[in-house]
Amino acid sequence: MSSGDLPATVDVVVIGAGAVGAACAYFLARDGFSVHVVERGQIASGTSGACEGNVLVSDKEAGPELDLALYSLGVWNGELAEFGELWEFEPKGGFVAAATPAGAAALRDLGVRQRAAGVEAVDVAAADVHTYEPCITDGLTAAAYYPQDAQVQPMLLTAHLLRLARGHGAGVSTGVTATGLSVDPRSGTGERRVTVVRTSRGTISCDQVVNATGTWAGELAAMAGVEVPVLPRRGFVLVTEPLPRTIHHKVYAAEYVASTQSSDGALQTSTVIEGTRAGTILIGSSRERVGFDRTVSLPAMREIAGKALALFPALARTRILRCYHGFRPYCPDHLPVIGHDARAPGLWHAGGHEGAGIGLSVGTAKLLAQSMAGLRTDLDLTPFAPARFSEVAVDAC
Amino acid sequence: MEADPHRFTLDGRELTARPGQSVGAAMAAAGIPSWRTTRKDGRPRGLFCGIGVCYDCLVTVDGAANQRACLVPAADGMALTTEPPALGTPALGAPALGATPPGPPAAAPADEPFDVAVVGAGPAGLAAAVAAAESGARVVVVDAGARVGGQYWRHPAGSTAQQDAKRFDELRRRFSTGRITHLPSTQVWFVEPPARTARDDRGPATLHLVPTTACAPEIVTAPAVVTARRLVLCPGGYDRQLPIPGWDLPGVMAAGGVQALLKGHRSLAGRRTVVAGTGPFLLSVATQLADAGAEVLAVCEANGLSGWARQFGAAARVPGKIVEGVGYAAAALRHRIPYRTRTAVTRIDPDASGARAGRVWLRRIDGDGRLSEKMLPPLDVDLVALGWGFTPSMELISAVEAQTRVDVDESLVAVVDASQRSTVPGVFVAGEATGVGGALLAVAEGELAGIAAAGAEERLAGRVRRLRARIARLRGFAAAMHATHPVPQRWPDWLTPATVVCRCEEVSSDAVRAACDELGAGDVRTVKLMARPGMGWCQGHVCGFATAKLAAAATGRPLTVDDLRPLAKQSLCAPVTLAGLADTL
Repeated sequence: MSSGDLPATVDVVVIGAGAVGAACAYFLARDGFSVHVVERGQIASGTSGACEGNVLVSDKEAGPELDLALYSLGVWNGELAEFGELWEFEPKGGFVAAATPAGAAALRDLGVRQRAAGVEAVDVAAADVHTYEPCITDGLTAAAYYPQDAQVQPMLLTAHLLRLARGHGAGVSTGVTATGLSVDPRSGTGERRVTVVRTSRGTISCDQVVNATGTWAGELAAMAGVEVPVLPRRGFVLVTEPLPRTIHHKVYAAEYVASTQSSDGALQTSTVIEGTRAGTILIGSSRERVGFDRTVSLPAMREIAGKALALFPALARTRILRCYHGFRPYCPDHLPVIGHDARAPGLWHAGGHEGAGIGLSVGTAKLLAQSMAGLRTDLDLTPFAPARFSEVAVDAC
Repeated sequence: MEADPHRFTLDGRELTARPGQSVGAAMAAAGIPSWRTTRKDGRPRGLFCGIGVCYDCLVTVDGAANQRACLVPAADGMALTTEPPALGTPALGAPALGATPPGPPAAAPADEPFDVAVVGAGPAGLAAAVAAAESGARVVVVDAGARVGGQYWRHPAGSTAQQDAKRFDELRRRFSTGRITHLPSTQVWFVEPPARTARDDRGPATLHLVPTTACAPEIVTAPAVVTARRLVLCPGGYDRQLPIPGWDLPGVMAAGGVQALLKGHRSLAGRRTVVAGTGPFLLSVATQLADAGAEVLAVCEANGLSGWARQFGAAARVPGKIVEGVGYAAAALRHRIPYRTRTAVTRIDPDASGARAGRVWLRRIDGDGRLSEKMLPPLDVDLVALGWGFTPSMELISAVEAQTRVDVDESLVAVVDASQRSTVPGVFVAGEATGVGGALLAVAEGELAGIAAAGAEERLAGRVRRLRARIARLRGFAAAMHATHPVPQRWPDWLTPATVVCRCEEVSSDAVRAACDELGAGDVRTVKLMARPGMGWCQGHVCGFATAKLAAAATGRPLTVDDLRPLAKQSLCAPVTLAGLADTL
C-alpha cells in the first residue's frame, strides 16, 4: 500500500488519511467517484491516532455542530452499523457530573436546550449518581445521562474505512507528501480551478481535491492560495493499568462543555474519564495552545490527575502506565470547515473539527459526497462554509 | 546459619520463604507455576523475566492488586491472592489498592542539587558513582534494586559464589565509604534533563521517583524528587526474547530470570530443564542450573561456533573473557550437559495439566534460521530458559531525547562520545545502553562516565586514556560475540498464526500480520496502535524487538532506529499512581 504507483488521473484526490479523510474516501468511492488518498505519514498518524475516539452529542450546545453530531449519529447507527464491530463502536453512554449548585443549574439548562434539539438527555439526581457510576465521588450536586454517546477505536475506524474504500476501488498511498496544487484556467470556460496535485512521488490530475489534513489544513489550503485558519490545540490523555470494568460511561465534569468552547490559550483542564475494552481507563483532558510542541508536560499531567481524583477518589492508587498527546484542529469559531471552497474552485475542505473529529467524520464525509455529486445535502452546510473566514481569494502559486 | 523462614499465604495455602526471597521465587520453588490468568484469553501466567521487567507475575498482595511477585520480598503474614480478582470484588476500592501505602516521602537530602545523579547500581552505575564521588562530586544513586549490584552481581550479601567477586567487593566497599547517597528500591518515573536557563547556563536535571514496589514500605526512603547537575544513566538491560509457540506457558522463563532466581533468591524453578537461544550466556545459566541440582537436558545454541574461530583476534585481546568461556565449557562438560549448536527450540507444548510447559520440540536450523525437515525427538521438561542476547533499557535515554542508533546486535542504543556523553548536554550513558557488552565493559564505561560527569577528565588524563583503550578492546570483543551469535533472520518462520507476540495484550502474530497486510500499517507505531503489541503493562520491553522485526519484515525493510524507537519510548518511565502523579501523596 505504501508506495506503489500513483494514478495519473482520478476524479478526487483526498489528502490526509486520518478518520475524516478515510470517511471521505469511503463515501466518495461508494458513491461512484474514482478516489485516491495520499498521506505523508501513516494511516491515522496525526490527531486520529492520538485521541479518545469520541462520538458525543452530550458535550455540544444546541447549534450547527450539534446538528452535525446528531446527523453523524444517524450514520453511525444506520448505514455503518453493520461495520460497528470492526471499529469497536460502543454505545456506552455519557455521564456528566456537576459539583456545584451553579454547575447543576447550568447542566439542567443545557439539557433543556439539547432536548429541544433532539438529544436524549436524562436528568440524574445527586442521590442517584451511584446507580450509574458506583465509584464516583459523593460530592456531586447533579448529573445527566446521555444514552446516545458512544466511542470507537479511532485507529481501527480509519484503517477499516480505508479498507472498505479500497473495496470500492479507491487507492491509498502512505508516505507520499502533497507538495503543491496547480490552479489552472480550464479550457473552454476559462475558469481557474485546482486540476493537479503535486506530490513527492509525482503528480495526479483530478477534478476535485479534498483537504482532510486536519491540524495541517491551513498549510494545504495555502497551496491553493486560500486561508483556512485551523490551529493546533494540544491535549494530554493519561492511560491507567488494565482493570476490570470500573467506569461504565464516558464521564466528564460539567465544565468540560465550557472548556471545549473556550479560546483561551493557556493550559485548561477539565475531567473526562472512561474505561476502554482493553481494560485501561483513559483520563483527560487538557487544552493548550502551544503550537506543535511535543514535550511531555508534567504540569498538564498533574492537573489532569488532580481533577480526576476529585471526581473518582477511588482511583488514587490506580497506576498510570503512560500518557499520550495530540493536536486538536480548531477554528476560531469552534466550527469545522466542510464543503467546496468557492475561492479556489475544485478544492474542498473537511476538517477543523477540534476534539470531535472522530464522531463527526462520517456525517461530514457523507454530506461532502452529496455536495460533490451536486445533490441537495441532508443538512445545510452553510454554517461550515470555508469562505466564512475571508471572502477574498488570494492569487494562487 | 539460616534465619527463620517467613510464612505467607497464597489463596489461603501456607508457604514459606527464606529471608530476602521474593514471593515469586518462593512460589516457583514450591512448584507453583502460575498465580494469574490473563484478561483476554484466561491464560495462566507466573514468573517470566524474573527481574521486574515483564509484569507477567502480577499478584495481589495484602489487597494491593497488580504487584510484581518477583520483586516483592516475602514477609511474615503476607496474604497473596491470585489474579484477576473475583468478579464483584471492588477492583479499585480505595482500601483494596491502598492497604499498604508507601510511606510519606522523606525530606529531600538537601535543597542544593547533587553534582551527579547516577541511575542504576549495576556494574556501570556502581563504577560511575564511585568514580564520580572519588573525584570529589556529591553523588546520588537511584536504583530499582533493594541492594547494589544490578542484575549481574546479585548474590545476597555474604555469599562467596560471586562472579568477579573481588571486583564487586572492591566497588561495594568504595561505594559505601564514598559519601554517596543511595536510594534503593526506587524507580525514576519521569526525568527532566538539565534545562537551559535565562543565562544560557544549564539548570539541574530533575528525577521524579517512585518506590519499586508498594509492598515493602520499610525500605522506601527516597524523596519524591532529586535534582542534579549531571546525569549518568546506567539502566542496564534484560534478556531479549523471540516469540515461539508456547513461550507464554508458565515454566518458560527468560534465561536471565532463571539465573536471577538462582543467584538472588537461591530458588530453582524446575528440575528438568532446557536452555535455548543464542550466546555464551546460555552456558552460564546451564551450569548454574546444574550446580543447583537441576537436570539440564540440552543447551540449544541457534548459531554454529565456527564464527568464534573467525573472531579469534578480537577474543584473544581479552584473555579474561576466554578464561570465563573456558570455565563455563569445562563446567558444562563436567555436568555432561548436551550442547547442541544450530539447534533451536521451536515449539513448547503444555504438560497434561495444560497449565505449564511440559514438552519442547527441537529443530536443526541453518545459518539463517530455516528449519530442517527432520524433527528431533522432543524432550519432557518442567522449565525452559530462553535468551537471545540482551535488550538495553532505553526508556530514560528516550525520555531525555538523546540520539539513538541501531547497534551491531540490532539493539537500540544511545549515541555517546569518547567520554560517554550522550547528545543531550549534561547527560552521560554507560553500560548496556551504549551497546550490549557485558559487565567488564560496563564497569569501564561507568568509571569513565563518572570521571567525566564529575569534571575530572583533565586531572585524571592518564586513567581516562587507559579506560578508553580498555573500552575499545572490550567493545571489539562484544562485536565479535554479536557477529557469532546473531538472531536468526528467519525466526518468524517458526511462528504459527496463533503464536502470542505481545504477552501483555495477548496479540497474536496473525494480528500483527493483519495490521500490516490488511489494515495498511506501514510502520511499527501504526502496528502498535492498531493491534496493541507493546501497549500493556511492560510497555513493549518484552515484545518490542520482535514486533519491530515483524513490522520491518512486513514492509520489506531492514530494521532501523525508526522501527525500534517507538517501542522503546515511554511517556512515563515507570508506572506511577494517580495520587502520586497529582502530587497529593
